[in-house]
Amino acid sequence: MSAPTETALGLTESRSTGGRILKAVTYLLVLIVFAGPLLALLVSAFSHVKDPTELSVIPSGATLDNFRIAFDQGVLGYLLNSFFVVGFGLLLQVAVSVLAGYALARKVFPGMTLALVAILATLMLPEEILALPLSLILADLPVVHFNLIGTLAGMIVPLGAWGFSILVMTEFMKDVPRELEEAARIDGAGDLRIFAQIIMPMCKPALGVIGVFGFTMIWDQYLLPLLVSTDSSSYTLPLALRTLRIDPAVTPGVVMAASLLALLPSVVVFLFFQRSFVHGLTSGALKG
Amino acid sequence: MSLDQADPAALPAAGPAARKTGRKDGGAASARRGSNRRAGRWWTPWLFLAPALLLFLYFKFIPMANALTMSFQEVQPYLGNKWVGTENYSTVLHSEGFREAAWHTVVLAAGQTAGSMALGLALALLMEGQGRRLGFVRSAAFLPVVVPIAVVAELWRIMYHPTEDGMLNGILGMVGLGPSGFINDPDTSMASIMLTGIWRGAPYDMMIILAGLTSVDRGLYEAAKVDGASRTQRVWHVTVPGLRSVFSILFILAAIRGLRVFTEVFLLTNGGPDGSTEVVMTLIYKLGLEQNRLGVGAAGAVLLFIATLILTIVVHLLRRRESK
Repeated sequence: MSAPTETALGLTESRSTGGRILKAVTYLLVLIVFAGPLLALLVSAFSHVKDPTELSVIPSGATLDNFRIAFDQGVLGYLLNSFFVVGFGLLLQVAVSVLAGYALARKVFPGMTLALVAILATLMLPEEILALPLSLILADLPVVHFNLIGTLAGMIVPLGAWGFSILVMTEFMKDVPRELEEAARIDGAGDLRIFAQIIMPMCKPALGVIGVFGFTMIWDQYLLPLLVSTDSSSYTLPLALRTLRIDPAVTPGVVMAASLLALLPSVVVFLFFQRSFVHGLTSGALKG
Repeated sequence: MSLDQADPAALPAAGPAARKTGRKDGGAASARRGSNRRAGRWWTPWLFLAPALLLFLYFKFIPMANALTMSFQEVQPYLGNKWVGTENYSTVLHSEGFREAAWHTVVLAAGQTAGSMALGLALALLMEGQGRRLGFVRSAAFLPVVVPIAVVAELWRIMYHPTEDGMLNGILGMVGLGPSGFINDPDTSMASIMLTGIWRGAPYDMMIILAGLTSVDRGLYEAAKVDGASRTQRVWHVTVPGLRSVFSILFILAAIRGLRVFTEVFLLTNGGPDGSTEVVMTLIYKLGLEQNRLGVGAAGAVLLFIATLILTIVVHLLRRRESK
């Protein structure tokens, strides 16, 4: 990136002793406020925390008991449910987005504006507001009459199409040079071949963006699994946290251990793909 | 639902199809046939779009249409729905509980939006710039955004433990403030949920504002410095105006997110204590899934949707007028 330049406050460039102290205090404060609670979660998950008052950032004897009890409570099953949902959900979402993005970015066709408006409209229909009718539809899908209530499929299929990833994909695919496609056509390649062998390989960065965002979005789902699941066999891990907490035999330490398992995947994905994440975040928000 | 609803994509395409392909191919029939073989038929793009549109139809548009119809009906499973006109809406609008929930929702949305944006701006200004250490602090500050909301709620629930030796009360005690009941006390429950929301929302706003800051003209800072402007003046007269469009986007996003708040309230207080944190979505959830009053719940949801829609349109109009 470019060389350091003037910033609004000029705090980060400050080289004087006072400036450095101010800088250090600021960063420390930010870390305490935003990372502190998460550190407390991490420490408590590995400590004997039997009571909410024992939650602390200072370790007091390491133990794996919390995880052992959490696994006895079925946390492994919930974790597997979560992985199943996010795996297949992401697969479906990426497939749907690249197909739709290809059509919207590379084709001019009758009704295109209509399709685009329909996709944009979905971004303005918050899932919370659709919760009640959605739960009825999942119980009896129109035309095909499947009942998805109580199944993991019911938590996957509704997330298969997401306006955000379709739009990211479309924007990206627009930038692939036309000449490449035309050359392939002259060589006799059809749509599927051009899509799979020319466009897709050039969209790897975009796949990263929608992959990271799709993962975070699906992993963070709460209301949809809540609507779909009927008993604990189909709970995802975030959903199971509440049941764990309500159980009087379960200590806060165990809840924190399960919470750690629930947050680890999204934090790891974020840390590994920070660049994609921040890029997608800013392009999604600022281009609008 | 019938089949003709399941396939809206194909219908509107028929009319303009002939015109557009005609124009694109210059009207020569033989050329068109040839290009069709190579570029695919007019419906090829629709084939690529079909999975997305089908899923949207099933899980967005049909539910929306159902919400609208249900809001005018008394929904009775197995007995058939009865058309009741606007009765559900008047039930909702005249109910004390809904009005209170609506007020709570607005307060929560406004507080969280304002708090997150103010704190996000402060963080962004403090941490603008480059450097490895700075990048680390920014990433750490951003973590709350990627932590699943259910985890955030459980964590804060424990931190809000109402006795003196609860985690946050311990910190309050250190600065000489009495123990707070936080989410267990009707007087502080709303502010506590707001605080959790700001904690999770501010880093997100920070990241977007940081991106916006890179597009502010550096020369203007230099010029302001030469003119003898103080730091506050620089921020106020150069940075803030430069970020106007970023602010309005963040405002829309945060306000909409605030109006439809559900999970954190559901997990932290579930509307309690004494209904002091009941918001529209938790009320709709209770009406629909616990009391089976689907029609009334749907009417509430439609009203909530209209509110978010109006908000979006108003902010867009304001922005357009401003940019002219």
